[in-house]
Amino acid sequence: MQGAADHIVLAAFVIIGILFVPLTLTASRLLAPSKPDERKLDTYECGSEPIGPPWVQFRIGYYVYALLFVVFDIETVFLYPWAVAFDHLGLFILVEMVIFIAILAAGLAYAWKEGALRWR
Amino acid sequence: MSALGISALKVLAALGLMLGNGVVMIYMLRKVLGHLHIRLGPMHVGWKGTLQTVMDVLKLLTKEDITPRAVDRWLFRIAPAVVFIPSLMAYAALPFSDTWRVTNLDSGLLYTFTALSLVPLGILMAGWASSNKWSLLGGMRAAAQQIAYEVPLLLSVLPIVMLVGSMNLGVIVEAQRGTVLAVIPRWFIMNPLFWPTFVLYSISALVETNQTPFDMSEAESELVGGFATEYSAMKFGLLFLSEFSNQFIVAALTVTLFFGGWTLPWVPEAVSNTFGPLTFMLKTYLVIAVMMWIRGTFPRVRIDQLMQLGWQRLIPISLAWIVISGVVIKVWS
Repeated sequence: MQGAADHIVLAAFVIIGILFVPLTLTASRLLAPSKPDERKLDTYECGSEPIGPPWVQFRIGYYVYALLFVVFDIETVFLYPWAVAFDHLGLFILVEMVIFIAILAAGLAYAWKEGALRWR
Repeated sequence: MSALGISALKVLAALGLMLGNGVVMIYMLRKVLGHLHIRLGPMHVGWKGTLQTVMDVLKLLTKEDITPRAVDRWLFRIAPAVVFIPSLMAYAALPFSDTWRVTNLDSGLLYTFTALSLVPLGILMAGWASSNKWSLLGGMRAAAQQIAYEVPLLLSVLPIVMLVGSMNLGVIVEAQRGTVLAVIPRWFIMNPLFWPTFVLYSISALVETNQTPFDMSEAESELVGGFATEYSAMKFGLLFLSEFSNQFIVAALTVTLFFGGWTLPWVPEAVSNTFGPLTFMLKTYLVIAVMMWIRGTFPRVRIDQLMQLGWQRLIPISLAWIVISGVVIKVWS
């Protein structure tokens, strides 16, 4: 059962990763000094007093990109199994995939035309 | 030994490699950049400054860990872990030789990309939780550019998967073993069908790892320290370490996908298998050296140029190239 053994290793990666982070942070806490003061705990903005909180409304551009990303990332998920099986699949499936890609390309063209890809 | 013990040892080996890579690569970066600028780089600690990064790690360990008053404490603390753990996990599928690999995943390529794609989440968390305008901008830029270039990155390597018929990184390497016409290595970089693939992959990979022409998320001349501005001591160390580790992963993937992985052309299979891990590391470090050379040479691009390049050029081109290479591969066989 090669597959099962591999998944145990992957789980071990997560567990050891989760253990390693607190370990280094604790080591650092034991070794490092801790003398917090009023100025040191200020938000760093190159020495001047921060004006207003940074958690404000943010530009919409990022949101549109994120939406487009979801569409194309899911497309990629569909394309990978197709690519793996590409050798065994006939011409028909190739044509089908070309149509699938064309539909998405049309979507991209629409987003482009509507100005969603322009950084404002 | 039990299966659990063996897996734990494998993971610790990967962790050791990751930490070792970090130390070596930081020294290498400073030396390479130094010599590109016609200066010497670190020279004082140890022979030619070789112990400099070891000392830097010790220094990071003994530095005061400052958590500013305004941060979102919970997110601020776990963000370095969210960046670090996927970066460690990405080592799982790399084939260092036919026997030296942690796992033999059939979905190795997709798995590695998945692990790498979790990193921007942590960077976004770090940027937002810092409650600092520089950090927020850096985190947002990182998220925007990394999700924008993940699509062309994944799409660009599809022709290779189509030709090989597997996402198992070991199988992809095996397909590149030997030579064509007795002289040319059967590496995918030698195959004209994959030249556009290589260009698309290289650009996207540099963006994904925040390498300098595209390091908008921590552009020190614009954003101070980017998403890591408020981080200090070992939390900063972890963020920094994963960045170098990601660079190593991407270089190792480049070697695996385009430069024949652990195999050597022109020598018998047994020889090439024996020196597999050595060959692999050597090739990977050569790719890393080229990435550092790029870092020392190119000026940073603007974020709007970067986003336009990604969405308006790379994605349409990589989609078109999938169709073209699909037709070519079908006609060929």
